Amino acid sequence: MSSPHNENLETFSYDDKIVKLFVYATLFWGFVAMLLGVTIAFQLADWKVNMGLEWMTFGRLRPLHTNAAIFAFAGNGIFAGTYYSLQRLCKARLFNDFLGRIHFWGWQLIILLGAVSLMLGFSTGKEYAELEWPFDIAIAAVWVIFGVNFFGTLKRRREKHIYVAIWFYIATILTVAVLHIVNSLALPVDLMKSYSVFAGAQDALIQWWYGHNAVAFFLTTPFLGLMYYFIPKAINRPVYSYRLSIIHFWSLVFIYIWAGPHHLLYTALPEWLQTLGMVFSVSLWAPSWGGMINGLLTLRGAWDRVRREPVLKFLASAVTFYGMATFEGPLLAIKSVNALGHFTDWIVGHVHSGTIGWNYFMIAGVLYYMVPKLWKTQIYSERLGNIQFWTGTIGLLLYIVSMWVAGITQGSMWQAIDPSTGNLLYPNFVETIVRIVPMYWVRAFGGVFVLFSFIIMIYNLMKTIVNAPKDVKEDVFQAPPLNFKSDGHDSGHRKLEGLPLIFSVLSVLAILVGSAIEILPSLMADDFIEKKEDVSPYTPLELLGRDIYIKEGCYVCHSQMVRPMVAEKLRYGKPSMAAESVYDHPFQWGSRRIGPDIARVGGKYPNMWHYKHMLDPRAVTPDSIMPEYPWLFKNKVNFKLIQKKMEVMTALGVPYSAEEIDKGYETAREQANEITEGLAEFGVSMDMQDKEIIALIAYLQRIGTDIGQEDEE
Amino acid sequence: MNALYIMIPISVLLGSVFIAIFILAAKDDQFEDLTTPAYRILTDDINEIERGNE
Repeated sequence: MSSPHNENLETFSYDDKIVKLFVYATLFWGFVAMLLGVTIAFQLADWKVNMGLEWMTFGRLRPLHTNAAIFAFAGNGIFAGTYYSLQRLCKARLFNDFLGRIHFWGWQLIILLGAVSLMLGFSTGKEYAELEWPFDIAIAAVWVIFGVNFFGTLKRRREKHIYVAIWFYIATILTVAVLHIVNSLALPVDLMKSYSVFAGAQDALIQWWYGHNAVAFFLTTPFLGLMYYFIPKAINRPVYSYRLSIIHFWSLVFIYIWAGPHHLLYTALPEWLQTLGMVFSVSLWAPSWGGMINGLLTLRGAWDRVRREPVLKFLASAVTFYGMATFEGPLLAIKSVNALGHFTDWIVGHVHSGTIGWNYFMIAGVLYYMVPKLWKTQIYSERLGNIQFWTGTIGLLLYIVSMWVAGITQGSMWQAIDPSTGNLLYPNFVETIVRIVPMYWVRAFGGVFVLFSFIIMIYNLMKTIVNAPKDVKEDVFQAPPLNFKSDGHDSGHRKLEGLPLIFSVLSVLAILVGSAIEILPSLMADDFIEKKEDVSPYTPLELLGRDIYIKEGCYVCHSQMVRPMVAEKLRYGKPSMAAESVYDHPFQWGSRRIGPDIARVGGKYPNMWHYKHMLDPRAVTPDSIMPEYPWLFKNKVNFKLIQKKMEVMTALGVPYSAEEIDKGYETAREQANEITEGLAEFGVSMDMQDKEIIALIAYLQRIGTDIGQEDEE
Repeated sequence: MNALYIMIPISVLLGSVFIAIFILAAKDDQFEDLTTPAYRILTDDINEIERGNE
């Protein structure tokens, strides 16, 4: 170390105010996300918790919960930890304080307005990307601001070596930008409605390429960066193997991006793609466990401190849960295991061992480390930290175990066939739900524990902050500028370091421009969509009904994908084909069956059944846990939008003729009238014909009817 | 499955970007020293100025 009086030294301080802002936001949104999680957990245990309120139903709150947990809670946590560690690792102040403020307030505004829009039913119908197009643009803009601030800081660093944590942050920033933009490509109908440019199987592929990598590059790589910085700092020992951490990083970023298709095993996706997804998923075992072992071995010889200190306790368990989740993930991606686990609660449990065990605990460890440092004080109560740890862990274990039991029970019941008759052992779907409702109660109470543990942390940290000494001076540091360390060719050195950054930013821009050029012609050309004779576009009324299906988030509980398995064929009918959803912008294959699959529901029940079912599901299916949808019988359908919607669909390649679009309004009205006349025989008023329920019935009766049930073999 | 024409090039390009970054970083000697960086971060918040005044 050079002497502090060296003339070459530069004096600087860190922008810790921005870190503090993100800490507050993390605490606030973490509470909101977990409260929402507990609410929807109770809604599954007892449908009455839906309260018959439009904006409170499971279908709308579940997207709100997932978006809040990922982008609001984890997002703010990542920003706090990244800005804290980046400045210190670079020995440089944040590139621009003002950009940091725009980043902060822009992100909070997006979350707040986005939350309201999801409750109001504005949804793209794509999982983990439900926010409508104006939000997508705002997210991209704020993300770019984050990127500029990040790379600007990196460029001004006073430490030549780029520590491994920074590599993980770089991968996060680049990849999330690309994934978000590609998956969000949509044509708007109006300010709050758009249709995905992709349809059916293609949309599914893009969606899960995004969905899986949201897990990989939003919930994994930034947290690994935090792990590689905060675990060594917290225990004051170097990482077990720096070499391994570099290998961990490079192998992870190359493998992760290909694993997405494991979300679509046994669907109508081409088989070779499914196998590709499976192979890459299984390959992920090695780097993930390499990283976990590296994190845990950093704690070697200091486990006594792990027993005492909340910071280390949270960090160590976070890494342990990372190991567990990354063991379970590849396991579930093996086709034969996936056949049992897919569409069940096993997946839900798996996800939460990641989000609670890995993300929440990692954030808790990081906060317990950063807050006393930022406010120059001691933690208010280590005891409360320990109580929080045990409360959270017990809650999480209740959650995971109940979901294992529920998932494997339900998965086995779906597939159980009576060997003597060859029929399904549990032909009534609702039987399989009734069996797991006790597990839903266990899960909900597990969630209460987790929420309660988070409240303890909020109290503990706020007390720490309130008790902290006021008017402490900002730390000032000194370090030599980078080019003073040169050995004769300093400017060349500096240039080379700038290169990767400029190069990567330009490359990503090139990717985006290139792909836009590639995508656009395909949208215009009719022959780009594979056709099947008997598959035709939705009627205008069905299209309106489909938008209601998306608005109410039906896809969060009902899949539209019959897998090619004996039990599924017996239960639902002919397996789904890719050609059936070529006009589905977006696809609605779903990922979970809290209710039965409805890919073949069209024509299965009379219209009146659906009418009664939406009003009171238990009137036609005793013991059903589905919420009631009374507002569908009051809200009017906006028929006036139909022509615009059909025009957008046409631009996306759906073959509506000009005449069909011209007559769209009348055709929709006529079909609504026809359906209502049928219902009128059972005493339904003709006034219902402009209500949402009629359009929804039209859509439901259409699903899966294009391909004949009888025409096989 | 035309989406593959978009996805595979993007994934390959993204991969290529990472390879390019890797090569440039390696040329820049980022991975030459795999020992001291792990130790270096442990001292980065020790305030040299205050220390010097002690």
